[in-house]
Parts: sequence; C-alpha cells; structure tokens
Amino acid sequence: MGGSDSHRRSRLAPYLLVAPGILWLLAFFVAPLVILASTSVGQGGAWYETYGLALGRYGPHFLRSFRYALAATLLALVLGYPLAYFIAFRAGRLRYPFLGLVILPFFVTFLVRTFAWKTILGDGGPAVWLLQRLHLLGAHGRLLDTSIAVVGGLTYTFLPFMVLPVYASLEKLDRRLVEAAEDLYATPGAAFRRVVLPLSLPGVFAGSLLTFIPAAGDFINAQLLGSPNQQMLGTVIQNQFLDVRDYPLAAALSFVLMALITVVVLAYARLLGTEELA
Amino acid sequence: MTERLRRWLLGAWAWLVLGYLFLPIVVIVAYSFNQPAGKFNFVWKSFSLEAWRHPFAHPALVDAMRLSLRVAALSTAVATVLGTFIALALTRYRFRGSAAVSLLLVLPLTTPEVVLGSSLLSLFLDLGVRTGFATIVVAHVMFSISYVALTVRARLRGFDWTLEEAAMDLGASPLRVFRSVTLPLIAPGVVAAALLAFVLSLDDFIITLFNAGSEVTYPLYVYGARRAAFPPQINVMATALLLAGLIAAGATTLYFRTAKVFASTESPLR
Repeated sequence: MGGSDSHRRSRLAPYLLVAPGILWLLAFFVAPLVILASTSVGQGGAWYETYGLALGRYGPHFLRSFRYALAATLLALVLGYPLAYFIAFRAGRLRYPFLGLVILPFFVTFLVRTFAWKTILGDGGPAVWLLQRLHLLGAHGRLLDTSIAVVGGLTYTFLPFMVLPVYASLEKLDRRLVEAAEDLYATPGAAFRRVVLPLSLPGVFAGSLLTFIPAAGDFINAQLLGSPNQQMLGTVIQNQFLDVRDYPLAAALSFVLMALITVVVLAYARLLGTEELA
Repeated sequence: MTERLRRWLLGAWAWLVLGYLFLPIVVIVAYSFNQPAGKFNFVWKSFSLEAWRHPFAHPALVDAMRLSLRVAALSTAVATVLGTFIALALTRYRFRGSAAVSLLLVLPLTTPEVVLGSSLLSLFLDLGVRTGFATIVVAHVMFSISYVALTVRARLRGFDWTLEEAAMDLGASPLRVFRSVTLPLIAPGVVAAALLAFVLSLDDFIITLFNAGSEVTYPLYVYGARRAAFPPQINVMATALLLAGLIAAGATTLYFRTAKVFASTESPLR
C-alpha cells in the first residue's frame, strides 16, 4: 500500500514542481503572444494590409535593425572570444575573479551606462578630442548621432552575453585533446583551428543569439546615442504601442520582427551545424 | 609568431576588452563627484562631494529607487522559488513533457524585449487590467523564471542524487532530507540565480516601460531625466548599487567558500 502510494507521489512530483512556474509562463508569455497575434490580424479581415503597411513603411527600419545587430554581434565575437579564451586557458586561479569582472557591469543600470557613453562620445568629449588629434575625425566631426555610436553602444551592452557562453564551452573542453594535437606536431594555430574552435562553436552559437536577438529589438542605444537617422525598429514598435496606439500595426511589426529573427537564427544554426539550442 | 608574442597579444587584448567594459563605469563613478553647471550632469565642471552628502535630495529619485528595490525583492523571491522547482524537476526526474518544459524556458530568452513587453501589455489591455506595481512584478517574474531555472539546472547537472536516498535509508523524513541534504547542496546555485534575478529586475527598462502604468522605477526615472534634469545623485545611486553588488558577490563567495557562485551564472544557454 505505502509502496504504491509513494510510487504514485514520485510520478506526480515533477509535474507538481514544474506546474506553478510553467503556468506563469503560459499565462504571461505564451498567452500574450497569442493575443498579440490576434491583435495584429485585427477585427474583420484586411490583416494583409496591416502587414503590408508594416513591411512597406518600415522596411528601412527592419534593414537597419538587422544590420546594426549583425555588426554588433560580429564585433562582440571579435572582442569577446579572445577574452573568454584568456579567462579559460590563461587566467589560472584568477578565473572566477575575471568572470566576476565580466558580470560586474550588470550591477550598474544599463540605462545609466548608456548615458555614460553619451558623455564619452559627446561633442567636445574625450573620444572626439582623441580622434581629432589623431586626424581620424575632421574638425567638425561627430561621434554622437552616428551609426558608429549606436553599433558601439549595442556591442557594449551585450558583450557579456557573448563572453559568458563562449567561456562556458571553452572551460568544458577536454584539454587532453589540445595536448594530443600538439603531440602530433600541430602548430598552436592549427591546434586552435582544428580542435579548440570547432569544440567551442556551441558557445559561439549561444553567445551570438544572446547578443543578436536583444540587439535587434533594442531601442535605447539608437535613441540615446543616435539621431532619427539611426532609428531602429524597437523605437517604432514602442511609439506605435505607447504613443500612436495603433495596436494592430504595432503587433504586426512585433511579429514580423520575431519571424525575421527566427529565419536568421535557423540559417545561422545551419551554417554552424549546431541544430540543438540548449 | 612566437609563442611568447602570441601570449602577450592575447593578454593585452583581454585587458583592452575589460577596459572597454569598465570605461563607462569609471565615468559614472567619476561624475558622481561632479558639480554640474546646469541641470544636466553630462559635462565635467568641478569636483564636489555635494551629491554624496545629499544623496536623497531628489524625492522622486528616492521613490523610484525604493519602488525598484521593492519590485526586485518581490519578483526575485517568487521567481527563485518557481524557477528552482522547475530546475529540480528537470534534473531529478525523467518525465513526459520535460523537453517541452526546457524549450518553454529558453523561448523568453530568445524573444526580443519589445515583443515581451508589448505582448504582455496587450494581455493586460485585453483583460482590462490597470498597469502598475502588480503588473511590473508579474512581468519581472515572467522573465526571471527562465534565468533562475537554467542557472540552477546548470549547477545541478552531475549532482549525486544518491545522497538523498542514503539519507532516506538512514530514516530521515522527506522534509528532513530536503532541509539537511538537498538544500545545502543546491544553495550556491540558488543564491547565484537569485542574485541574477535581482540584478535583472533592477536593471530592466524595456519590459517595464510597457507595463508600469504611472509607476516610475529607477531606470524609468533615469530615462525621463534626460528631458527634465539629470542630477549627479543618479550617479551616486549607480555607484552605490555597484558597491552593493560587489559586497553581495564577495559575501556569498566567502560564505560558500567557493567562487563557483559566480561561475554558476556563466551561461543561461547551454
């Protein structure tokens, strides 16, 4: 009796454990997406007009958002991979303090950090002064309100999201494989290209997603560091939702953004050969 | 390229990137000591301790900070419990639907914040719910659950569950087993996850912007400050948060005698 009772309890246990959290996600993540979808198709036909308008009028914003997000992801990879490699293979006992340094910026509110970039990049600020001295920027050249500032800000905001997954995949890597490659007379460069890099691709994939997706939807960097010429899709969605209150159009824009992101992610997964996400 | 040069270049690059990460933070801390010429603390004028002497001079800023801390405390408490339960279920049991649960955890992380925020607002509009304190907390719990569950799960992988069985064989009650065996072992992961949830809540702007109604959190105050006035007290608060974060991280690391607390936050996706 008692045996079958506890057996039943342990079969039910996982469901009881996941139920509250999963119900929360169903109610406040999945259901809202369903409502957003129904809002985007509006009441009574003509949904294709809404979507046509979304793509037609805001096509340039889509293109710009994806271009900026792609540039930021590539930059974050170039900056972040060597840092992750350094922490995993060269930092020794200081590995965790170094990881702490990568996480520490999170404790300072993202918005305040972006305002600090405004000060650094502003006209008459240190960055403009330095670049003018090096004759990389003309006498009236600016950094603020350019796409360089926006992409730089996006890269900065999401860099830790690139470093951490890459680090995790490098740390898990079996170092004996590298030793084996070296024993077989592979040069350090070849050992990296043929052994370390392929094994770290899952981390690169996760890091790229965690950088690209939020960057494509971000609007703070474009709003604070750019001019209306650098406006990204996030600003449009925010305006349509909170100011213009054209809910069907705003919802359609959100869905096109998600669909395009899904296409990019799937293409990228195929490129890297990592079909598995988590 | 010689091996030594290669090593030197890698180290130099790593330090440069860390410098890039900390450059704005140095500016934020420095500008908390600025005496700005006008209402906006964006241009350096002269050194002053004024803002540190009167950190609470702006009541609206203090209210915003207080609201943010209340939201973060409440949403962290709820999300940590719900997320840890999911992580326990996923690592402790094999059950039908576990793959769907894992997928559902990852999806919010791969959805842009504008979409998360705007869709949640659609729900509240649809239900006729007035947005305010409660809806901010609901939103923050929603995006924190995934981070908590994935962080705790990463920590629990490879965990030796036979220890629980051993305790039960020795006659411990299920509650006793949870309290004296399971909880101490999962605690570092849970604390790391809670810290992460707290920081994410305190930091969130986009999702909150959609669901705050007339409430103003610290990030929303900072956002509005770009139009009205940007006092150095904003920098004082940011610096205080940084110090609090350092102390919290240091204290948990010392308490658990393992710097792995930080390492458990290393990757929500893997």
